[in-house]
Amino acid sequence: MNSKPSVNEFTIKIANVNGTGSASANGLLMRSLFRMGIPVVGKNYFPSNIQGLPTWYEIRASEKGHLARSGRIDIMVAMNAETYRKDLEGVAPGGYLIYDSTWPRHSLLKRDDITIIGAPLSKMCNEHFPSARARILMKNVVYVGVVAALLDLNLEVISTLLNETFAKKASLLEGNQLAIRMGYDWARANLETPLPFMAKTIDKTSDSIIIDGNTAAGLGSVYAGATVGAWYPITPSTSLMDAFKGFCETTRKDPETGERNFCIIQAEDELAAIGMVLGASWAGARAFTPTSGPGVSLMSEFLGYGYFTEIPAVLFNVQRCGPSTGMPTRTQQSDITSCAFASHGDTRHVLLFPANPEECFYSARDAFDLAERLQTPVIVLSDLDIGMNDWMCKTLEWDDNYKPDRGKVFRAADLEKMESFHRYLDVDGDAIAARTFPGDHPKGAYFTRGSGHNMYGAYTEDAGEYQEVVDRLRQKWETAKSYVPEPLIEYSDKNSIGIISIGSCDEAVREAIYDLGKEGLGINYLRVKAFPFNGDVQKFIDDHDKVYVVEQNRDAQLKSLLVLELDVNNDQLTEILHYNGLPMNAAFVTDAINQDLAKGEAA
Amino acid sequence: MSFMKKPAVRHPNLPVNDLGLTVRDYEGGMSTLCAGCGHDSITGALVQAAFELSIPTHRFAKLSGIGCSSKTPAYFLKDSHGFNSTHGRMPSVATGANSANRDLCYIGVSGDGDSLSIGMGQFAHAIRRNLNMLYIIENNGVYGLTKGQFSAAADVGSKSKKGEANLQPPIDPCQTAITLGASFVARSFSGDKDQLVPLLKAGMRHRGFGLIDVISPCVTFNDHVGSTKSYEYTREHYHPAILADFVPPAEEIRTKYDEGEAMPVKLHDGSTIVLRKMDQDYDPTDRVSAITNLMESQTAGEITTGLLYVDESQPEMHELNNTTSVPLVDVPYDTVCPGNDMLQKIQARYR
Repeated sequence: MNSKPSVNEFTIKIANVNGTGSASANGLLMRSLFRMGIPVVGKNYFPSNIQGLPTWYEIRASEKGHLARSGRIDIMVAMNAETYRKDLEGVAPGGYLIYDSTWPRHSLLKRDDITIIGAPLSKMCNEHFPSARARILMKNVVYVGVVAALLDLNLEVISTLLNETFAKKASLLEGNQLAIRMGYDWARANLETPLPFMAKTIDKTSDSIIIDGNTAAGLGSVYAGATVGAWYPITPSTSLMDAFKGFCETTRKDPETGERNFCIIQAEDELAAIGMVLGASWAGARAFTPTSGPGVSLMSEFLGYGYFTEIPAVLFNVQRCGPSTGMPTRTQQSDITSCAFASHGDTRHVLLFPANPEECFYSARDAFDLAERLQTPVIVLSDLDIGMNDWMCKTLEWDDNYKPDRGKVFRAADLEKMESFHRYLDVDGDAIAARTFPGDHPKGAYFTRGSGHNMYGAYTEDAGEYQEVVDRLRQKWETAKSYVPEPLIEYSDKNSIGIISIGSCDEAVREAIYDLGKEGLGINYLRVKAFPFNGDVQKFIDDHDKVYVVEQNRDAQLKSLLVLELDVNNDQLTEILHYNGLPMNAAFVTDAINQDLAKGEAA
Repeated sequence: MSFMKKPAVRHPNLPVNDLGLTVRDYEGGMSTLCAGCGHDSITGALVQAAFELSIPTHRFAKLSGIGCSSKTPAYFLKDSHGFNSTHGRMPSVATGANSANRDLCYIGVSGDGDSLSIGMGQFAHAIRRNLNMLYIIENNGVYGLTKGQFSAAADVGSKSKKGEANLQPPIDPCQTAITLGASFVARSFSGDKDQLVPLLKAGMRHRGFGLIDVISPCVTFNDHVGSTKSYEYTREHYHPAILADFVPPAEEIRTKYDEGEAMPVKLHDGSTIVLRKMDQDYDPTDRVSAITNLMESQTAGEITTGLLYVDESQPEMHELNNTTSVPLVDVPYDTVCPGNDMLQKIQARYR
C-alpha cells in the first residue's frame, strides 16, 4: 500500500483543538522544512473562537515551488477526537494518518487505502512531564518529533530552531528538546522510518523569508513613513496593527526618554478610525487604518468624504468571508466592488491588489505615495489567506534613497512667496490641486467641506461650479491610471487561452498554468494589480478568444468591474469562482478549465 | 447669504493685540444663520477670545460636524484651516489632526444633535482620551436644519413649536463629561458674552479636553413659550455658580477678590483662571460635588453656569502616549524610516 516515494513534495495537515498551544509546534515543523532549504507554505484554518473549537494547520512542502493550498493531504496528524472521522476521510489514498494511541480509537473508523499509525503521545508526556499544562503543550512537540522521524527531518535544524526560540527561556527549552527527542526516538524504535514521503536538504530558500501579509504590511507602513495609525480590532486585520506597533516600539522610540515618533490610537469603532486617519492626513501626517469588510462598510461615509474633499488616506482591507459577519476566520475576495465604490454619490476609489506578503510590504509604500500624489483614499485589498498565513517570499529590500512622494503640497516657505492660494484650483492640468497643512501659514488656510464647493474651496450650490469640481475628480481618475501599478502579464509559448486573476489567487493560478502546460495547453496570464485598470488589460482581453477570470467570490466581482470599466462584452469573459472560504487550490482551476473546454468541444 | 463678502474696510483706530492684529483679523465669512441666532453671538465671543489671547490666526484649527452650529467655523478665523466633517464625527477628525500636529489650538464646534445623538460615541471617547482641544456645544435643544425635531438635550415637558411635549429625559453634556473624566467642563449662555469670553479663553489655554456647553436659543424653532431653551426661559432660570476670570501669563492678578471666594487655578502655559464662587457650597475642583450640584440644580429647573469642573493634573492624549514633543508632521522622514540595514536585521526572525 506504500505510495511512490516523494521527496520534498508533500502536504501535512495537523488537526488540533484551539487553545492547546499547537501553533508554535506546527510553526516549528514548517520552519524546519524551510531551514532545510525546501520551499514551504503554512496555512492555518482556525475558528472564530478562543478555546475549544477545532483548528487545522496545513504545511505544504514543494521543491517545485508550488505554494498554493495543495488540495490533497498526504500525512494527517489527527489530534482532535471530535474531527477524527472527517480528518480520516481527508487523507489521500496511499497517505498516512497519525493519532494518539494512548486512548483506543473507534474500531469502525478505519480505511484500508491508507496507513494508520498510533503513537502513544499522551502516555509519553504523562510519564515525563509533571504539570497538566505541560502535558497538554508538550504533546504537540512530541508529534513534531514523531513526524520528524517519519519525514527524516534534520534533528540539528529542529534543535537550533528551539534554541533560538527559547534563548531567553531556559526552562522551556529543556522540556521542548526532551519532547522532540521522545517523539523522534519512539518513532525510530517502533516504526518503519522514513516514510516514502520524505524531506531532503536542498538549497531553495536561502534568499527567502517566511512571513505573513499583515506583518509585511505593518512593516511596509513603518518604512513608508506612516506616523499615525488608527484602528478598531477586527479579524483578520488585527495583527497588521500589532506588527506596526511592534516595529515602531523597536525602531521609533527614543532609547533614553522613551518618546515615540508615532501615535497609534485604538478607536471606539471603524467610523472613528477612518475619521482619525483623515484628520491626521489633513494635518500632514502619513496615516492609515487596517480593517476588514464590516469595517469598510462602517467607514463608507467618510471614504466618500475623503474622495470629495481630496484627503489622502491608506486603508488595508484584509478581506474575510461575507456577507454580513460571514465567516471571520475564512478567506475571500468579496469586497472588490464595495471598496471600488464605497460611499454614496459618484464615488470611486483607487485599489491595490497585492498577491502575497512581499507585495503587501511594497504595496504599503505605493499606497502612501499614491494617496498623497492623488490626494484620495487608497485601499489595499489583501485577504485572510495573505494576511494571516505563513508565506515564503523573497527577502525584503529597502532602497535607502527612497523619498516619499508627498504630492503637491505648499509649505510655509512656498506660501510666503505666493500671492494667493486656492485649494481646488487645477493649475497643472492633471486635475490635481495643491494642498496645505494647518498651522503653516495664514495664506494657506482653506475650509474643508463635504458639502458642495467650487474650485476655490468656497461653499456652493451653483450647478456649474459644482459640476466643474466633480468633472475634475473624474479627470483625476484618468490621471490615476498613469500612477497605479500596471498588471503583471506573462505569455506562454503557445498563446491560446488567457486567464485574468487577482491577489491571492496567484499561486493556485500559476500552478494550474504549469499543470495545464504539461497537458499541452498554453495559457497566458494577466494579474491586475490595481484599480483603475491600466496598461494592457483591454488589449489582453481583445487578443484572446477565450479569457477566464479567476477570483474568490460568488458574484464575479472582478469580472463585473472589467465589463463596467472597459470596452468588453460580458460573453468575452468566463468566470471561475471559488468562494467557500478556503484558499483556492490549483486543481479547482484546472478542473474548471478542462470542464469548460470539454463543454465547448461537445457543442 | 454666503455669496456676500464682508467688506475689508476697518475702523482706523481699532485696538490691536500683542501681535498687532485687530479683532477683524480673527473674523471669518458672513454668517448664513437666522437673524438673532444664539450661535452668531458665540461666534462673536470666539473671535473676541482668540483676539485677546494674541494667538497667531493660522495656529488654530477649527473643526465641526453637521448642523447649524457646525456651519459656524466658516464665520470666524478666516486665516485658519477649517474642517467641516460628517455628522457627529468631528471628535475623531480632531483626534487625528491633533495626533499629527500637537502644537495647534484646536477648536471644535458641535451642536446638541451632533454631539448627543449621532456623535455621542465619539464625543465620549474624545473625553476619555483627554484630547487637547476646546469643544463647544452650541445647545439649542432642537434640530434646526431639518425644521424643529427635539434633540437629546431637550428637557422633559419642553414644548416644540407645534405644541408637542418632549417625553424623554435629556442628556446633560456637562454631567456626562464630568462622569467620563473630562478635565475642564463649563456651561454658559450665548446671551452672556461677559461670562463666555473668559471661559473660551480658559478653555483654549487648558491642556486637555475642555468642554463648554453653551445654551444658544434657536430663534426660529425653539424660542417660543413652553420651550426650556428659549431666551426668556434661559434668562429666568440662569444661575451662575462659578465665575471665571482669565489672567494671561506674566500678568498680575490685580482685581481684588474677597478671601475665600477667589480660587486661582494655574494652567500649564502659566496663565491663571481665577474662579469666583457665587455659590459657597460648590467646589469646582471636586468631581462628586460638581455632579451633585448639577443634578440638584437640574431637578430644580435651574441652569447652572460657569466653570463647573476643572482639573489641570490630568495627562492629555500625547502625554499618555509619550509622543515626541515635535509635531509628528514635522518629524523628518529619515528619522522615522529605519533603513535597509535594520530591515535585514528584522528579517532574521523570519528565517
